Parts: sequence; C-alpha cells; structure tokens
Amino acid sequence: MDILFKVLIDPFLQMGAMPDLFVQTIWDGFVTGVLYALIALGFVLIFKASGVFNFAQGIMVVFAALTLVGLYEMGLPAPLAVLVTLGVMFVLAVAIERVVLRPLVNQPDIILFMATFGITYFLIGLGELIFGGNPKQMITDQLYLPRGAIEVKMLGGFVQFQKIDIAAAVIAVVMIVALAVFFQKTRIGRALRAVADSHKAALSVGISLNQIWVIVWFTAGIVALVTGIMWGARSDVSFGLQVIALKALPVLILGGFTSVPGAIVGGLIIGIGEKLGEFYWGPLVGGGIESWLAYCIALGFLLFRPQGLFGDKIIERI
Amino acid sequence: MTVTHETIGKGEVLLAVDQVSLSFGGIKAITDVSFDIRKGEIRAIIGPNGAGKTSMLNVINGFYHPQQGKITFKGQTRSKMRPSVAASQGIARTFQNVALFKGMSTLDNIMSGRTLKMNSHFFWQCFRHGPAMAEEIRHREFVEDIIDFLEIQAIRKVPVGKLPYGLQKRVELGRALAMEPDLLLLDEPMAGMNLEEKEDMSRFIIDVNTQYGTTIALIEHDMGVVMDLSDRVVVLEYGRKLADGTPDEVKADQNVIDAYLGVAH
Repeated sequence: MDILFKVLIDPFLQMGAMPDLFVQTIWDGFVTGVLYALIALGFVLIFKASGVFNFAQGIMVVFAALTLVGLYEMGLPAPLAVLVTLGVMFVLAVAIERVVLRPLVNQPDIILFMATFGITYFLIGLGELIFGGNPKQMITDQLYLPRGAIEVKMLGGFVQFQKIDIAAAVIAVVMIVALAVFFQKTRIGRALRAVADSHKAALSVGISLNQIWVIVWFTAGIVALVTGIMWGARSDVSFGLQVIALKALPVLILGGFTSVPGAIVGGLIIGIGEKLGEFYWGPLVGGGIESWLAYCIALGFLLFRPQGLFGDKIIERI
Repeated sequence: MTVTHETIGKGEVLLAVDQVSLSFGGIKAITDVSFDIRKGEIRAIIGPNGAGKTSMLNVINGFYHPQQGKITFKGQTRSKMRPSVAASQGIARTFQNVALFKGMSTLDNIMSGRTLKMNSHFFWQCFRHGPAMAEEIRHREFVEDIIDFLEIQAIRKVPVGKLPYGLQKRVELGRALAMEPDLLLLDEPMAGMNLEEKEDMSRFIIDVNTQYGTTIALIEHDMGVVMDLSDRVVVLEYGRKLADGTPDEVKADQNVIDAYLGVAH
C-alpha cells in the first residue's frame, strides 16, 4: 500500500503543496519540448517530401551550430557568420541532392535511410576536420539573444523564466507558422506534398524533383541552424549534442511522421512529461527517468495509435 | 513499312519517333521502332504483354532515355526527352497503375496539373493576396470545368486514396487534362473497368479529342474499344513494330492475326 501511495497520491500532494515549483517544472518541460519539436520538425519536413527518415538531422543541427561558432571564431562578425552558415547549409542541400538522392532515386526507402547514416558520419568527419572536436561556446550576445532571467512572484513563491528560453519559444512559434503557410498556401508547398505522395506522378505534371529536394533539405538545414543556436545556448556546441536527435523519435511516434502540428504537440508532451516524471516520480526509482520515459510513452502509443496523434491514417485499397 | 496514310491522319505530324531502340542491360525493350502521331488524331498502340508499349510511352515523355533514335516533337528533334521538358512542352500522361497523390483531395490533385501554368511570385502566394489570389481563382475555374466535364463533382473534396479504382482513373485523366496538353498519353485508361465505366471513359476520350482538339495516344487491350476509338493503330510485338495503319488495315494484317491468335509452326 505504501508504494501505491507514493506512486499515485504523494506526487500530486507535492504538486499541490508547492504550486510555484510545479509551474517551474512545467515551464522547464515546455522549453525542452519546444526544442524537441524543432528537431522533430526537421525530420518531418524531409520525411514528407522525400519519404526518407533522415538520420542525419541530429548531426545537421550540430554541424550548423559548429559552423556558425567556428566562423565567428575565425573573425567574421556574427550576422555575417549567420548568413555564411545559411549559405553552407544551402550548398550542403545541393550536394546531398546531387551526390546522394539523385543516384538513389526510386531505390527502396531502407537504402535511402542507410545513405543518411553515411551523411551523418561524413558530416562528423568534416566538422571535426574544419572546426576541431572540442566543445565550443555558442555566441548569444552577438546574435542579440537576451540573457538573464525574469523572476515572477506567483502562487506563494518565485518562478524563474530564462529570457533565452522565452526567445526560443517565440522564434519556434514564428518559424512553425511560416512553415505551415509555406506548405499550405504556396505552389511550391503543393508541389512538395505532391512529391511526397508519388514521384512519377509529380514528374509527369512537370514538377522538378531535384529542385524540390534541394528546397526541402535547405529548409531542414535552416531549422537545424535555429535548433543548434537555441540548444547550444543552453549547454554548449559539441558532437555529443547529436544524441538529442534520438529524442525526436518518440516525438515523431507520438505526433505522426507526416504532421507538422504533430511534431509540435508531440515535442511538448514529451518535454513536459519528462520533466514532471523526473521531478515527482524520479526519486522513487533513484532518478534518471528523463532518459527513458519518452520511449515508454512512445511504446504505449505504438500499441494503441500507431499513426500518432496527427499522422495520416494509412488507408489503401487492395 | 512504307505505308503512310495521308488520307487518314487529320493534320501535320505532331510527334515522330525515329528508329528508337531501348534496352535494359541485355534485355531489348524496343528495337528500331518508328512511327508518327499526327495533330488531332487518336493513335492507339497495341500489342501483347511485354511488347514494349509502356516503354514507348515512357520514352515519349522522358522517363526512359533510348540508346538510339530520335524523337521529334513540334518540329524539335531530340535524342531524349526530360520529363520536365516534356511536361512544359505539352505532353501529359496517365499511368497503367494509377499514380495519384493519394493524400490529397480530388481538387488538389487536378490543381497540381496546373503547376506549370502558375507563375505568380512566391511572396504573394504566401499571403494569398494580390496577383496570386487572382491567379488561384482563374486556375480554380479551369479545374472546376474539368471536374464538371468528367462528372466528378461529388468527390471534389475526397482524398483520392479512398476512391474506387474507376474514379481514380478518372481523376488521373482530369489531372492530365488540367495541363492543357497538346499530346495526351493514356496508358490503359480502361484496365480493370466494367462495361459501363469503359463506355464512360470512351466518351470522355472522344470528347476530349473533338471538343479540345487534343491529340491522344493510347495503349489499350480491349480490341473493341481500340478499333472504335482510334484513327490509326500501331502494333508492337517483342519490341518491334509489326504493323501500322487504320483499324481495318491492322485487323486484316496477317502478321497481327498471327501475333494475337498464335500460329501453327
């Protein structure tokens, strides 16, 4: 009975006893969730347009952030470094289209998936070669990102909001809205959705696959850069960061591989769930829940709703 | 193969394939085939399974690049087409196994056929304003006409993946028509249809040909349909041209009869 009390009742009593702490935990989870959502967004973009699960998305985040910091250290002013980094991501998109996607067109998905492993290791090597393997400090002041925290007095205590976290949330929202408009309202957006459905039909109506792929991978590169800046500002920029890409998996399973809103909601659920779990239930098992709770939630979803919250339900006539 | 039917073809040559050969590794899909398609006619390509009919269509719209031969379309001679060039020059097609954008509605599928006709700036499209709005409305009207023509008003908003096969084929035809093609390639437009659906489809094909003056090249296995619809027929077997002429000529050709009915050795 004691254990049941500790699992089912005690955590909620704690939440009620110190509501300010509860709000703080939710906020921390929210911010983590936003960053998860951004990573997942990069996956969704590429998955929608080319049907490829891009294992390299995590390393693209690291590579973009590393390039930005590296260029700054080489003496470029920060705004210029951002522009050059965007240029590098564009060149990367063109190169991937030319060297990897074009020769593998019409190959089974698993082959393309394996090719993205290749891209991952290539980018790790390239990044280390140019910028070295040591962790770097993300530039924040130079990018006009705010620093410090706002303390709000509420619920009989103080809740701390880091300004950089608020900025991250705002930027993420702006970017997501822009992408949604891009996908739904433009001719290129319609072409993207068309390519996602059938390559040969898209070709037959005059859509250029090559052009679409470059656009998509470049967009994913931009998302990667923003993610890299935000995540790098919270810890530092190192190759270890790429494992956060694995956190995108449960987010995608939750939200659905093809849904942009799904990536966002999935990211928030995982982020908040993780923090709450760690804080209130973690002590029961000696902590460390954060690293595996997300995968358990994902497993539950796979059992009951395999297409995710917002994913397209796969209906095929046979 | 010197027979040319000046009296039958309705106009000048729109597309000519000249001594085209295509092979995949050691397998010869098409060997030295030449024929032409004239403006305004319905041209059928027939032949037993594996004769190279679909390969021929793929060569014409640029999915396959032949190792030898030339393709002349609208007076321009090329050794190979690119799909995007073929599409922008006015060649539209449908597929043997329907290739639609399954997740999108009927309307969006047909709208996608207008891709190449849209040219308002990307910036305006994002806001659905100004020139982009006017353009969207103009294209939407065109697409609605096609939907009326094909009698698929009722399924306008339905994701095409959920439609029965016969209707999917119709939507696919609609998407090709939305491109306002000069040459329409139909790969087995009636495969898997019942008699009533076949009659509907035949009617649409004839109407497209007469009302819009679209030149049509089609592959079909139903001989009744082929003989009724087409102005001229080319027969392929094992990647070679067997016969070429009016339906009556082709029906009377001994080689064709042998190919279809088999011959005692």
